[in-house]
Amino acid sequence: MISALTLLLAFQLAGEVIARGLGLQVPGPVIGMALLFGALLLRGGPGEDLRQTADKLLQHLSLLFIPAGTGIVMYGELIAAEWVPLTAALLGSTFLAIGVTMLVLKALSKRPKTGQSTQP
Amino acid sequence: MTPQLTELWVYLSASPLLGLTLTLMAYQAAFWLYRRTGFHPLANPVMLAIAMLATVLWLGDIDYRSYFDGAQFVHFLLGPATVALAIPLYTQWPRLKTMAGPLVIALVLGSLTAVLSAYAIGAMLGASHASLMSLAPKSVTTPIAMAVAEPLGGLPALAAALVMLTGVIGAVGAPYLYRWLRIGDHAIRGFAIGLAAHGIGTARAFQISEQAGAFAALAMGLNGLLTALSLPWIMPWLERLLGR
Repeated sequence: MISALTLLLAFQLAGEVIARGLGLQVPGPVIGMALLFGALLLRGGPGEDLRQTADKLLQHLSLLFIPAGTGIVMYGELIAAEWVPLTAALLGSTFLAIGVTMLVLKALSKRPKTGQSTQP
Repeated sequence: MTPQLTELWVYLSASPLLGLTLTLMAYQAAFWLYRRTGFHPLANPVMLAIAMLATVLWLGDIDYRSYFDGAQFVHFLLGPATVALAIPLYTQWPRLKTMAGPLVIALVLGSLTAVLSAYAIGAMLGASHASLMSLAPKSVTTPIAMAVAEPLGGLPALAAALVMLTGVIGAVGAPYLYRWLRIGDHAIRGFAIGLAAHGIGTARAFQISEQAGAFAALAMGLNGLLTALSLPWIMPWLERLLGR
């Protein structure tokens, strides 16, 4: 577990260095994820330790958003000032985005691939 | 309160121990309720825990910053957890590859829907320019949304709050949309919630399955990139088109 955590932190660090070094707007951990993904492709998969540690972390991913999410309390006044348009826009556009994405994917993935369907 | 109790409270409310313990307790209590309601979407643990903590901070007159001094130890783990998303992505890679074309098309259409519909609804109901520009990047992860909103004339702090609310709305609402639109495929469920509701949606997707989580993580990352690259020219173009 410790060696897996060290590995994850090392990839995050590499991601931060690249993001800051190149002045990218992409967060360092996202670059770290891409680097680790590349390393896994090259290496042919994660070891048991890394897989278990990742599972544990991701199982409780919800917990990790709670401190930042609670920050909403600081912006109550900003939101209250225009709460009608903001609430309507958040609800409407979040549901629309989920709906459109799912319907597009469903429509596109239903179509059988002509090249593959004839193969055994 | 007696003097000793007051002293204890002064110590505790300034110590990181309190914020950290409260965060873990709120999460456990919220998760217990979520399980007790048979995983009802409206009992979403992130939403419940945030509501509990907000109430406790308000009742105890605790400043968010001093709460975060403790809670930051949990918050810090978001970094390595984000890196760890590479592992489910690797596991799902064979299926991801076969869906590459449809995923790219759904990404572009879903991302545009998120931005344009937020702008349209907000503008119709009279939101200010600063609010509209803070709303536009609400479907992507906080650091990207804040960085994108500011040069457009949005408020980074408002953008951050709207991002969080979007995540909770997506996580609570998505199960209803799955049922209503009859979407059973975990890959499609995950991709949509990750695209529209970033990390909080991705956390919700991991409660469905590892496959849903992996597709959510992919959508979150790609929509973050797409939004960071496209919004700086979509929004000025849109405003010019509408003559605002």
